[in-house]
Amino acid sequence: MTLALYRIDDRLIHGQVVVGWGQPLDVSFIVLVDDEVSSSDWEQDLYRMGVPPQIEVIFASVEKAAELLPAWDTDSRVGILLVGDIDTAVALAARVPQVKRFNVGGVHHRTGRKERLRFVYLTDDEATKLRQLAARGVDVTAQDVPTARAVPVAEFT
Amino acid sequence: MSELRGVIVSHAAVAQALVAAVTAITGIEGALTGISNEGCGTEELGERLREAVGVGPAVLFVDLPGGSCFTSSARYAKRGGADIAVVTGVNLAMLLDFVFNRDISPVDAARRALDAGAKAIRVTPA
Repeated sequence: MTLALYRIDDRLIHGQVVVGWGQPLDVSFIVLVDDEVSSSDWEQDLYRMGVPPQIEVIFASVEKAAELLPAWDTDSRVGILLVGDIDTAVALAARVPQVKRFNVGGVHHRTGRKERLRFVYLTDDEATKLRQLAARGVDVTAQDVPTARAVPVAEFT
Repeated sequence: MSELRGVIVSHAAVAQALVAAVTAITGIEGALTGISNEGCGTEELGERLREAVGVGPAVLFVDLPGGSCFTSSARYAKRGGADIAVVTGVNLAMLLDFVFNRDISPVDAARRALDAGAKAIRVTPA
């Protein structure tokens, strides 16, 4: 199998990821790519608590993820890769050409961001970065849960 | 010791519904505040927690032992500066017990909530 979902979600590991996507995809591992979390045992314990024991959770910095992503993508199990923000997604895609899709699953309100979809708020700069990512051949869509429509990047940026 | 505040942190409108239920049953108002993670990233949920907790002390009653409500609550309890304890698996029984027993420390109240909440989970027929 492969990494079935590359997701941008500022909540990182939470119910929509573990249950909403994890169950229908029959996920066996979740890769959380975040420089801060990857260096904090305490934060890692918090995120592990939300995941059933049969699902492996892997924490990685962007640098480590770039090195290990080819192996995760050819893992015999199904996995999900998570990043918490657009800059991390852009950095990862720039380092690993085989990243060909990103699901924008949750980027929430913050000062300077405008509502694009119910679950996607972006600054103009973030919207530009997503369009640039798409222009480099990455399929960028917004979709919070599997039963929702995947909204193409042009419709929300 | 100042009286504890309880803050319920949940998905959707579960928290607000629990606050309404406790008030309907006990007549006690103001002991509990409900906040939802609806439409929130980590940063905004942290802000909602800060507003709800105030200067504390407080117990955060969280719906699930994992996920965004829990991670934000645990992070806030660790870094928020107030005297806070977190208990997960919130149910009505633990909240009813809590509102009548708020002259104890947050950790003691959270342990008491664990006991009261667990005792309320039963199966019929046994």
